[in-house]
Amino acid sequence: MKSILPVLTVVGAILMLWVLAVVPMNMHLTADQAQRDGVVVSPDTPAARQEYTGLGLTLRNPSLIAATFVQERPRLPSPHQVAVEMWNTIVLKKITSKRSLVYHGWVTLSATLLGFGIGTSLGILLAVGIVYNRAMDMSVMPWAIASQTIPILALAPMIIVMLGSIGIQGLFPKAIISAYLSFFPVVVGMVKGLRSPDGMQLDLLRTYHASPSQGFWKLRLPASVPYLFASLKIGISASLVGAIVAELPTGARAGFGARMLVGDQYGQPLVTWAALFAAAITAAALVGLFSLLERLTLRRMGMVQA
Amino acid sequence: MSQQTIINAQGLDLTFQTNDGPVHALKDVNLEINKGDFVSFIGPSGCGKTTFLRCMAGLETPTAGTLTVNGMTPEEARKARAYGYVFQAAGLYPWRTIGGNIRLPLEIMGFSKGDQAARVERVLELVDLAGFENKFPWQLSGGMQQRASIARALAFDADILLMDEPFGALDEIVRDHLNEQLLQLWARTEKTIGFVTHSIPEAVYLSTKIVVMSPRPGRITDVIESPLPKERPLDIRDSAEFIEIAHRVRDGLRAGHLDG
Repeated sequence: MKSILPVLTVVGAILMLWVLAVVPMNMHLTADQAQRDGVVVSPDTPAARQEYTGLGLTLRNPSLIAATFVQERPRLPSPHQVAVEMWNTIVLKKITSKRSLVYHGWVTLSATLLGFGIGTSLGILLAVGIVYNRAMDMSVMPWAIASQTIPILALAPMIIVMLGSIGIQGLFPKAIISAYLSFFPVVVGMVKGLRSPDGMQLDLLRTYHASPSQGFWKLRLPASVPYLFASLKIGISASLVGAIVAELPTGARAGFGARMLVGDQYGQPLVTWAALFAAAITAAALVGLFSLLERLTLRRMGMVQA
Repeated sequence: MSQQTIINAQGLDLTFQTNDGPVHALKDVNLEINKGDFVSFIGPSGCGKTTFLRCMAGLETPTAGTLTVNGMTPEEARKARAYGYVFQAAGLYPWRTIGGNIRLPLEIMGFSKGDQAARVERVLELVDLAGFENKFPWQLSGGMQQRASIARALAFDADILLMDEPFGALDEIVRDHLNEQLLQLWARTEKTIGFVTHSIPEAVYLSTKIVVMSPRPGRITDVIESPLPKERPLDIRDSAEFIEIAHRVRDGLRAGHLDG
């Protein structure tokens, strides 16, 4: 709980910068609108106003400042506009509505969780293979690293189109892209974790004449748990990004990615911003959930000092 | 009383192949350890004392010579779980309680649940840690952790106990206390103990036989049969006999250094 104050301080600073940025960002738009409504604006033609920066125009028309915060289609929405839009689409809309962010959130989240499950399982299996099999040790890691250098934005449409052409649509292709992003941190973390027992601990098991499977279940696996949790926290946020990216290039009708795209294409910045914040909050909640699970598990295992 | 040879090394040689060329870790090592002996191996670092102990445990393989443990090869003896090994660090699993750590070898060796519980209780009693079964390692001091690791090595009743500088990382006072306890434990369990150390008083206080070693190549320079009685209070260390043996050990170490 000690972290609340620093976090709030940072949030406050960001909000302040944001509010300050709203005025110059929206000033040209506001001036155009005000002139149409019969207000005298200086200078008095859009072309002349283009000569000014947002800040310059603000200094010549201080009376318009208030109006920059309530534009219907602002270049940069003000914080309260985003908050109101989120309140409307999360709390007030029925969750069955196509405009409810809860509905879109669930669409993205379900792909995220499925992809995360696939990616984590694959990551753990690959790590076990790398640790126990010399051929896999030599061959898998370079490919895993190479896989992460391909821009996911280029790969996502290809995967979705290819899977679509063999009749697989909807949740699964998005989950594949989620898995593609989330398996990597799990592989890296688990390889490190499974290899974390030192020579002395391995020798100890040899003096007991323990079998390799006993070595795995009794030593390597429990020793890797703290590393696994570190990886899971990176993996779950990567999964969410993967699911959103998978919704962007393919004209998905639902999900956070679809909302961001709709907002962009139909000139409704508030929709985009609300989806953006909802996605960020979802990611924070997922990472928070895994931090909590980590604390509980490690405490239960006796690995942190309670 | 007939002397039964437990460990027998004849003409033992071990050369490690490293990137910097071969390292002659053990050269022509001959030693017999009888049942019930408490044997200390003392010498400067690099003299091969730990390597010799690891050979007995079947963790290293000699390049020449013969070595038998209970009449078997060390490898066979390891597979027959003939010895308990105590390392320099306690090496308790942080995710297991003290009881859970002591159960580890018992689980691996397939003891029944009831037997496991009885053995854990008995060895905890033996190392004076009764009541700590459900504590986690971080809740114990370094000395207590090392005692728990000794209990772990005792739990499956091997006749041989191999200890590699088990008290090396502990402070003097804790060390004295543990030495005293180890002697009592040895008297009660009648185990054969191999004990690596680089402390002269520790070696003299504990052992019935002191093996002095020297480096480059690692070899035995002196074997001292201790005339001290089995019953040894801590103040025996001020007796003339004790000081005389300590002197001989020191001389042996120095001689090894000069011609080394």
